[in-house]
Amino acid sequence: MQDKSARTGPSTRLIVACAIPILILLLAMPRFLDVYQIQLFTYGLIYAIAALGFNLLLGYTGLLSFGHSAYFGLGAYSAAFLVKYFGVGSIEIYILVGLFITGLISAAFGYVCVRHTRIFFGILTLALSQVLWTLAYKFFWVTGGTDGLRVAFANLTLLGGLIDFKGRNAYQSFVQSYYYYVLLLFCVCTILMWVIVHSPFGKALQAIRDNETRAQFLGIPIRRYRWIAFLLSGSFTGLAGILWVPLNGLVTPDILYWPFSGEIVFMTVLGGFRTFTGPIIGAIVFNYLKVYAVASTAYWQFMLGAVLVVLVLALPTGIVGTLSRQFAKFRKRG
Amino acid sequence: MDILVIQILNSIFYACILFLIAAGLSLIYGVMRIVNLAHGSLYALGAYVTAWAIGTLAAGAPLWVLFLLLPLGAIVVAAAGALIEPTLLRPLYRRPEEYQLLITFALLLILEDVMHFLFGGVPLTAGAVIDSMGTMRIMNLRYPVYNLVVITIGIASAVFLWAVIYRTRFGVILRATSQNMRMASALGLNVKWVYVQAFALGCFMAGLGGAVVVPAQAAVLGMGVEALILAFVVVVIGGLGSLEGALIGALIVSFVRTAGIQFFPEIELAVLYLIAALVLLIKPTGLFGRA
Repeated sequence: MQDKSARTGPSTRLIVACAIPILILLLAMPRFLDVYQIQLFTYGLIYAIAALGFNLLLGYTGLLSFGHSAYFGLGAYSAAFLVKYFGVGSIEIYILVGLFITGLISAAFGYVCVRHTRIFFGILTLALSQVLWTLAYKFFWVTGGTDGLRVAFANLTLLGGLIDFKGRNAYQSFVQSYYYYVLLLFCVCTILMWVIVHSPFGKALQAIRDNETRAQFLGIPIRRYRWIAFLLSGSFTGLAGILWVPLNGLVTPDILYWPFSGEIVFMTVLGGFRTFTGPIIGAIVFNYLKVYAVASTAYWQFMLGAVLVVLVLALPTGIVGTLSRQFAKFRKRG
Repeated sequence: MDILVIQILNSIFYACILFLIAAGLSLIYGVMRIVNLAHGSLYALGAYVTAWAIGTLAAGAPLWVLFLLLPLGAIVVAAAGALIEPTLLRPLYRRPEEYQLLITFALLLILEDVMHFLFGGVPLTAGAVIDSMGTMRIMNLRYPVYNLVVITIGIASAVFLWAVIYRTRFGVILRATSQNMRMASALGLNVKWVYVQAFALGCFMAGLGGAVVVPAQAAVLGMGVEALILAFVVVVIGGLGSLEGALIGALIVSFVRTAGIQFFPEIELAVLYLIAALVLLIKPTGLFGRA
């Protein structure tokens, strides 16, 4: 067993040895970054949770969803509805209710979508996500239409009301505490996803991805496993949506529109969808890329498109895939 | 009664535009097995080029000159397609289809900003055409003549496309390549060249859709992204890769949409997506698609 795990991936000791310094760095980060930079990085971590969830489908189950904006948007809108119609300020309630709703809808959508694979799966997820987009867009008296719904940080409380943001320097303290809050949930999600993909269930998903017929012969209930993967994937992305709202302060139908699904795919491929850490790195890098592209030119879409072209043509394994191959080559030589 | 006739004409007008876009999308998928996410943006490019030619380049010119300029959008888009296929798509045929989707998504992002750069952020119109053609009486209401011209163009291009695919040597080659690319290649067909032609033809259709729509409605940023999803609904209902499917799908979508705007405006678009999802569930290959 010891021997086998060494062959299939890095050993546990190596992972822990890498993770601890990174974690310390992440914990110390607000000490030497300004508010804007912390905020930016928090966005990156949130997208990382979304991409991590998305990659359970793409990287581990072999299903390309072009409708993950739906679950991100569902999480975001659930939180916004709780603020607008129930006056709730506790993020824990957003998370509980939001996860319940995204879980429910992704179970329903997933039940429909996993009947297909390949391109039809992609189109079906896309079509269903666009149903939600039109609803958010057209029922403006409920959703605020293109004006969106505001979620002010001032009424937000963390940890069941222990931390709130009133008084002087409220915004700074919000950004700092929220960063740690997101970081905590990010770590929980990463560990959870690690456990999922290394569990027998996760291995079964990879077997389905690699050879559907053979997996079926082994007695794996393919459709049900794909469905569960879909549900988990949607819920992770939904959680990211919930966390995104208070930071962004506003939710508009844009995050339900299909180009946002494209961005989630982009992040994952940027990092490399054949690796566990790929989507995390990809999401954080993509976030910086987009922010700096938007800040530096009016034609930021062109820049992102050009990056994607280079990526697909020259670096199909993404940042992490390319780096780890270089690393392996280096080790072999030395 | 009058309103009904007008609404039916509007639906057919709209169906013609949708058919032009969806037929190109379907043709490209049928031959090359690529779902072109940039197809809507190519449609928008056709609209922009024609609007620029008619509204800016030849402003004030007589009607026949404007009509000659109308297909310019389609030609430019076809030329762009002939450039895109060998440079961006060809390296990816052997790779998983995720990459093909991604490269067309990248193309979408690039094209949106190219149009923004070339034509600016303001909407462009070619209203001169529709204005100088005037209106005609249908029962007691007035209807723009140009819309009838578009309907004619739509029907003509459907017939033309059908004739090309089912009645010419090029059509036989196209269908052979679509059925079995390796076999076609083994029999001595230049598959690479067929792909360039097929992609350019598909782009031409999208560009033509944009070119004929632009006298009736302005070219704006974001129109491509919107059109793509409707074209998707059309091909999903009709069946990806099927020409008849694109026609029937376009008619269904435009009639449902016209009825929707009249009777249930809030969920008009949602209904369309739900129809598409329902068709995919019951008959994944669409009404006319083959497995």
